[in-house]
Amino acid sequence: MQAFDIFSFHGGIHPPENKAQSLQLPLGRPGLPNELILPLGQHIGQSSRPLVKAGDKVLKGQTLAINNGFLSSFLHAPTSGTITAIEERLIAHPSGLSDLCVILQPDGLEEWQALEPLVDWQTKNRTDVLAYLSEMGIVGMGGAGFPTQVKLQGANKSPLTHFIINAAECEPYITADDMLIREKTLELILGIEVLQHLVNASQVVIGIEDNKPTAIKLLNDLLDERNSTIKVAVVPTKYPSGGEKQLIQLLTGKEVPSGQHPADIGILCQNVGTCVAVHDAVYLGKPLISRFTTLTGDALNAPQNVEVLLGTPVSHLLAYAESQDNRLHRLVMGGPMMGFTLDSPQVPVVKTSNCILAATKEELPPPAPEQACIRCGMCEQACPVSLLPQQLLWFSKSQEHEKAEHHNLFDCIECGACSYVCPSSIPLVQYYRHSKSSIREARESAVKADLAKQRFEARKARQDAEAAEKEAKRLARQKPAPTKDASKVAPKAAASAAPATNDEAKKLKVDLAIAKTKLKKLEKQLLSAQENEHVEEINNLQLQVTDQANQVKDLEAQMAKVAPAAPVAKPTPAAQDSASDELKKAKVDLALVGVKLKKAQKQLDETPDDADLKQKVADLQAQQQAAQAKLDQAGAATQVAAKSAPKPAANDELKKAKVDLALAGVKLKKAQKQLAEAPEDAELKQKVADLEALQKAAQTKLDQAQASDNVTAKPASGEAAANGDELKKLKIDAAIAKAAVKKVEKALKKAEELQAPELDTLRQQFKDAQQRASELEHALANPNAQPKTTVASKPTQNSVGTADEDKKRKVDLAIAKAGIKKAEKNLALLKEQGKSEADIQASEWPQKLLDAQQKLAQLETATPAAETASAKKTSTAAQAQPAAPTNADDDKKRKIDLAIAKAGIKKAEKNLALLKEQGKSDEAIQASEWPQKLLEAQQKLAQLESTEAPQSNPAKAKPSTIEASTSEPANDDAPQASLAEQIKQQKIAVALAKAQANKLAKKLGVEPDNAEQVQIEIAQLKDKQAQAEHLLEQLMKQQESQ
Amino acid sequence: MTEYLLILVSTILVNNFVLVQFLGLCPFMGVSGKLETSIGMAMATTFVLTLSSLCSYLTFTYILQPFGLEYLQTISFILVIAVVVQFTEMVVHKTSPLLYRVLGIFLPLITTNCAVLGVALQNISKQNDFVESILYGFGAAVGFSFVLVLFAAMRERINVADVPVVFKGSAIGMITAGLMALAFMGFTALVQI
Amino acid sequence: MTTVLLAIGILVLLALVFGGILGYANVRFHVEGDPIVDQIDALLPQTQCGQCGHPGCRPYAEAISNGEAINHCPPGGQATIQALADLLDVEAIPLDGDHGTESAKRVAVIREDECIGCTKCIQACPVDAILGAAKQMHTVISDECTGCDLCVEPCPVDCIDMVEVGVNTKTWSWDKPQGVTSTSLNIIATDRQTEAAH
Repeated sequence: MQAFDIFSFHGGIHPPENKAQSLQLPLGRPGLPNELILPLGQHIGQSSRPLVKAGDKVLKGQTLAINNGFLSSFLHAPTSGTITAIEERLIAHPSGLSDLCVILQPDGLEEWQALEPLVDWQTKNRTDVLAYLSEMGIVGMGGAGFPTQVKLQGANKSPLTHFIINAAECEPYITADDMLIREKTLELILGIEVLQHLVNASQVVIGIEDNKPTAIKLLNDLLDERNSTIKVAVVPTKYPSGGEKQLIQLLTGKEVPSGQHPADIGILCQNVGTCVAVHDAVYLGKPLISRFTTLTGDALNAPQNVEVLLGTPVSHLLAYAESQDNRLHRLVMGGPMMGFTLDSPQVPVVKTSNCILAATKEELPPPAPEQACIRCGMCEQACPVSLLPQQLLWFSKSQEHEKAEHHNLFDCIECGACSYVCPSSIPLVQYYRHSKSSIREARESAVKADLAKQRFEARKARQDAEAAEKEAKRLARQKPAPTKDASKVAPKAAASAAPATNDEAKKLKVDLAIAKTKLKKLEKQLLSAQENEHVEEINNLQLQVTDQANQVKDLEAQMAKVAPAAPVAKPTPAAQDSASDELKKAKVDLALVGVKLKKAQKQLDETPDDADLKQKVADLQAQQQAAQAKLDQAGAATQVAAKSAPKPAANDELKKAKVDLALAGVKLKKAQKQLAEAPEDAELKQKVADLEALQKAAQTKLDQAQASDNVTAKPASGEAAANGDELKKLKIDAAIAKAAVKKVEKALKKAEELQAPELDTLRQQFKDAQQRASELEHALANPNAQPKTTVASKPTQNSVGTADEDKKRKVDLAIAKAGIKKAEKNLALLKEQGKSEADIQASEWPQKLLDAQQKLAQLETATPAAETASAKKTSTAAQAQPAAPTNADDDKKRKIDLAIAKAGIKKAEKNLALLKEQGKSDEAIQASEWPQKLLEAQQKLAQLESTEAPQSNPAKAKPSTIEASTSEPANDDAPQASLAEQIKQQKIAVALAKAQANKLAKKLGVEPDNAEQVQIEIAQLKDKQAQAEHLLEQLMKQQESQ
Repeated sequence: MTEYLLILVSTILVNNFVLVQFLGLCPFMGVSGKLETSIGMAMATTFVLTLSSLCSYLTFTYILQPFGLEYLQTISFILVIAVVVQFTEMVVHKTSPLLYRVLGIFLPLITTNCAVLGVALQNISKQNDFVESILYGFGAAVGFSFVLVLFAAMRERINVADVPVVFKGSAIGMITAGLMALAFMGFTALVQI
Repeated sequence: MTTVLLAIGILVLLALVFGGILGYANVRFHVEGDPIVDQIDALLPQTQCGQCGHPGCRPYAEAISNGEAINHCPPGGQATIQALADLLDVEAIPLDGDHGTESAKRVAVIREDECIGCTKCIQACPVDAILGAAKQMHTVISDECTGCDLCVEPCPVDCIDMVEVGVNTKTWSWDKPQGVTSTSLNIIATDRQTEAAH
């Protein structure tokens, strides 16, 4: 063999080798452990997907898990036995975390599955051989566990100049590769030949350090014997010559460019272990199930190399190598330089574990405390990748990741040479590792943020498109009516003119909206500037605000021009529309001016001596009056116009009033919020009071409008529809009021927490809000009666009305429940905080809770009552067709109620469990509180469930009455249909009951404490199920008889 | 020509405005936290200083002198400088929003940078002609930029170094600046005529 | 007297001329929009959670460029505040507690057997990370979930949990070393060998 040219690399160190210890004994083969732990992620990339399940019998070499994507690998059973579990176990990882592992209990038979070697590998397609290697679970056994087939595929990109076999094994202590070469020289050479066949490099070199003379001699002899072209390159001993890039530099003089792979410069590197594994797979058909591992360290009496099955726990190996537990100080997997400390000896050996180092305290003393960098530059001398470790340290310490990256942090191979030489014992590598993971994390989150942004924007675009489409449809619906009229009366030109002006108006509206938002933003800025007293900014901003305000005014003027233009283009029949348009515009104007006024006033509040602002406020007020006048005019005009069609106009008015009310509500809310933040602000309080008055005024206006609406609407035919509208409105009002209550509640809570002195006022407010809410609810109930009476006279509308009612009740129920939930939550929160003024709280919140519960109860009692009423009404209506949908609606409602009630129970239970966990000292209070609640909720559930049963009775009974009353053959289909539906419902009920029973049974297993209760529940459910089944049977019979 | 070269050497090294004449110390301490910022500041100051020394020269020679209003030089120079700074601010805002954002409060601060007024006044007292004035202003600006960038680079490293707690922050900055000033005294013997 | 008038006149003239120059520059170099918004937006975590009081991350970026405080983003936490402070060269301030507190990364998980299929959470999700249809069970695509909590409130049966994303071996990262600690100051470098020899 001629000598091979050896180059050199920068830096490197010469730590004590300590290799002799583990070479004293021959290769050992420890026996089977009690169980093998096989992590699913033994390689870089995605974890494998398990094919087996607990309890499966497997043969030795059987595939346990398959690859999960491109960068993944297979996993095989190292011996025959039974899979006992697939669970989280501690794995060999620097983090000391657990990961999913297949647990295999050996049966001791070592029963191989049928082996199918790839005998014709020389003639086989390259891709097939690679796939075969992948299926054999072969990964790089040197360090990272990179799937071999992926590496080989990558090497195929460009023609290879060098195929390097890495046998350098530069780390101290480790002799596994040395032993592997000695034991399996032929297998190694055959494996290299297989790989060379696959990659076809022009030169094949085995790089080996000169501290392994035996191995070198064996290799040389065998290669001479075989007349092989494979060369052996002996490199001087220097750490880290075994690093892939360092070995390449040593053997070829080429440096792998930063951020590239060896394959990019035509070089492939493989570990000797990998080559032997390839041989075993191709020639013997054996998958990768074992490896050579060095057991060494002073704490072992018999340090040696062993061929060990993957998954063998380290503790088993330690016992085999006669570990002295009292001397064992630190257990390291891998070498002393790049390895990591194992927290527990229970972790398994994996495909990449080349050494277990059981070190004594003298051998691997705990790292000395870090001291300040003295800028000696020794780290730079030692760095094998020619980095500037000191610089990187600064950047890493100060979290300047960008700069660290700029200094090629990611080229660091984490060899530890710099830390080794550092006289201040700075753990440089750990700093770099930390920086690297931080950078990676940041990158990942950036990618995720980008994705989220994309999705958010896509969603927004979609929503906008939907809104635009809806708008277009709406316009399309609106347009045909006037155009039809127009085509009847006026020339076609006018008809086309209308959309044009419409378009223009829309554009203007958009512009106006944009201008207004800008204005708002500027005003906000101005406000903040004023707060911060940035004089310069204030002036600047004020200028901008006035500009923007002017622009808005211009646009409004334009709008005004366009708006009248539109009706002009329209012929007389469209006059009504134009009038309403005008009205709308006037309203918008008014609202705008109002908003401006408010803002100005707010500003004025903050800077009371600003003359400009006062002027502005005055101007705005004048403007508002003008707008109001205009609005009145327009309103009058509309009324005139509306005389021909009074209904829509009245509706408009109603709408306006509603909008006003809502606006007032919103304003009030805002003011309240502000108040909550600054409770001692007298002005704010005043404002809140004003707003409340305003809201009330709006409410009265609304009432008036409704009254007038009713008056105007009565003669019209759309009576029911109007009532529905009203109902909806009231509901909205109620919801708003409730939201206000909630908000005040929140504020109250906050204040309580802060022990603010304004507690009383807030409480007062809270009560007010609650009262308002209840008033509204009351109001909601009254109009309900109204439609009912009207509806009664109009049987055709009956079902619609009851359905609406139902909906309302449902909404109420849900809201009441939400209130309870909130109160409960608050209560729990307060308890957790362990408030000192627990007495006050106890008197306050539980009270609230009770109130809310009462309300709920009321509502719930109201529900069945109303339902029976509605049912009665429906039956008096004796209209078969609408009856069925009503029942269906009822059913739905009830189901939802049930679900919600169940959620309540669950919540209560959860809280209970939580409190128990916390081991509350005031357990007595808790015990009396939550279980009580739980019971209540359960009762509620029971109630609901019981109402369900009777409810289904009328449902059942009704069809028969209908049948009786409808003797006409035309109506025959309807009852059948409803019958079918009922059957379906009953089936669902049965299924539901069963599911619940199952769930409860499960719960019984988990919480034996509540066993009694749960069993009672189960019994109840079973009863219910039986009932439902019975009903179902009846219904079926009925259907059959029909 | 030698004179011009001498003016540059003098203003940049020997009579460095910051470290020898101790003018413009506020931006020197204030904007030297980050290298990027200091480079931006250096560029802005260079631009302003050169332009303002030119403008102030013109104002003095063609407006104040003919009317015998030399005593108005300070107030009119301040006016000139303020305008030049405002102008620079607008240009920077237009061309580099980030730099604008980064310079933030410091850009208007150039107005009150004593180095700028100092250069303008020294131009008059040294009776520099037109070209000399420009070179004087430019040299002063280059000198300022030079030490500012150097200082910023140093401070960046000091920030990540293990400075004793009592010296952390501005204290070590001041010490460093003092040492730099000492070092710059070495340039005194640079030119011997 | 003439001298005084002359002096005043000259100064006024100067002021006028310079005013003119500035006025022109103002028009010529007028800045439209604010490109800084994009850079700010890029630093925000894009959870679109609205905890800052703005509907989405971009509006908040705009607000920041208009002078709003940079500490209103709980999902981004201190890291985002630091990044923003670096970008805008302002002081990094602690997170504003009014807008929420920084918490570990979480994802929403729907307890699927309790879902009644109301689609309310689907409508609330700002990144379309919830799948489902009316009266069908819904589920969260956990990879797409930003953990914004917006779906929790609308759920009528409270079947959505926010589950913390734990650390696994893939996402685990190395700790930062403690650095030079005060205890280490007592030891001089040469003590190390002696200590080890014992």
